[in-house]
Amino acid sequence: MSSTKFWAGSAIVLAALVGLAFSGINEYVFFAGFVVLQFVVLASAWNILGGYAGYVNFGVPAFVALGAYSALVCFKALGAPLLVQIAAGAVMSGLLGLLVGLLTLRLRGIFFSIATVAVIFILETFVLNWRYVGGASGMQLTRPEPGFGFESYTRMLFAVMAAMAVMSVAISRYLQYSHIGQGLRALRDSEEAAECSGVPTLRLKVIACTVSGALLGVGGAPMPMYLSFIEPTSSFNLSYAVSALAMPIIGGIGHWAGPVIGALLLGTLQQVVTVTISNELNVLVVGVLLVVFVVIAPDGILGWVKSWKRSSK
Amino acid sequence: METLLEVNAISKSFGGFTALSEVSLAVTAGERLGLIGPNGSGKTTLINCISGALFNDAGSIRFNGKEISRKKAHERTRLGIARSFQIPRPFHSMTVLENLMVPFAYVGGISGARAQAEAREILSQMRLIDKADTKASQLSQVELRKMELARAMAARPKLLISDEAMAGLAGTEVDEVLKILFDLNKMGITIIMIEHIMQAVMSFSQRVLCLDTGSVICVGTPDEVVKNPQVQRAYLGH
Repeated sequence: MSSTKFWAGSAIVLAALVGLAFSGINEYVFFAGFVVLQFVVLASAWNILGGYAGYVNFGVPAFVALGAYSALVCFKALGAPLLVQIAAGAVMSGLLGLLVGLLTLRLRGIFFSIATVAVIFILETFVLNWRYVGGASGMQLTRPEPGFGFESYTRMLFAVMAAMAVMSVAISRYLQYSHIGQGLRALRDSEEAAECSGVPTLRLKVIACTVSGALLGVGGAPMPMYLSFIEPTSSFNLSYAVSALAMPIIGGIGHWAGPVIGALLLGTLQQVVTVTISNELNVLVVGVLLVVFVVIAPDGILGWVKSWKRSSK
Repeated sequence: METLLEVNAISKSFGGFTALSEVSLAVTAGERLGLIGPNGSGKTTLINCISGALFNDAGSIRFNGKEISRKKAHERTRLGIARSFQIPRPFHSMTVLENLMVPFAYVGGISGARAQAEAREILSQMRLIDKADTKASQLSQVELRKMELARAMAARPKLLISDEAMAGLAGTEVDEVLKILFDLNKMGITIIMIEHIMQAVMSFSQRVLCLDTGSVICVGTPDEVVKNPQVQRAYLGH
């Protein structure tokens, strides 16, 4: 897809989604749609590190929750508006990404992944013991009036998340086609050979971790306003890690479109299952789909389409 | 002739094991140097220290007159040291051409049509051009070896270190790779060849350096090295 096509497509999608938020349709659509768009952000962010560079980050909940709690602190201390809260979440989670990126200096493969799990518990323990943000019992928030002429706050959140999703996909796509993406691909295949081909592997890994972390923070930052409530157990929920990993795998890892397809498909399916069957069952859906895809289409939907095209030629 | 690479008394230990102790060598520009020694004698450790995959504990390494022993591997590649790996490390998710595009982008700073044209030129020289659009994961052993050399060449090196580029190849394939290395040398590239195939390393090298248990035991012309009693002892264990 050429850049012009991509930007034109993105603009149309964004305009349609924002237009939808101004229409008269049922409020619940936006409540559910927000989650789907949030997963487009999270899956695209995860893919930058996990898909392009091959470093599997299990610590997604830590980044999401840090984004959410940074937003909360901004809101509580300064009464900051939503966009400022999101920016704060991005900065804090980006910094966490920078620190995690430095871990790659010594840890590779599964050892890196385990270290990222530890980050969840460190941050969660910290938040559990921090009174100002509500500690273990969490805290209730009162949403301010919606801005930008939206009818309700949920509609505004939906529109803002749509913009964030488009931004995340654009960043992920830009990275894939840039020198950075080329270098990340090289180091994913062999770090030693990449170094000997002139690729500054540590610098690229730190860039990937920081950008990925910042976008995960963007995905988490609107959560306090979305629920009007925040508490640690759901904020640090491991299901964020499972979903952010399952969606790119199902869509197709290593290409910007993979996580988008996976998130739209799995996210929508989860919402439908939650409404029509039960909330517990939607976790099962992720697990079953992941197993099915790993077995029948290990390169995800994108890989499956590609091999199908090749064989039909 | 000016000295291109000067290794001065470098040592390297792994825990209590001394892999290299006070190894020195000098390579002049345009030279073909053979590096031999029994298994575990420190050949690969030595070139890992030269290429930057490992940092030497003591001693100095000067390349083109500059001290490089604290520079990272990618910085050394940019200065002009390229290498192939004993066990090929292709970028397996990329095509052969894309493999070459990485050093073009990161060392030469060129991309797009110009880089592709130059990459194809290298592949023609390596007789690998018909595999340009093949995934690296589908190459045969000899093709992988040639691709490793081609990728090293794409970094436009002054010094090429070939780490057992012929290991596991059949007779005619050895001759093919040997011819490629001779051609590269004629273009002015200094080459250090690590090799176990004696026939190849002896016919290729102008000078041969023999390592044993982390020390240089002999340097000289291929004839001198073969006749050296210490070398014979190291290899035959008398």
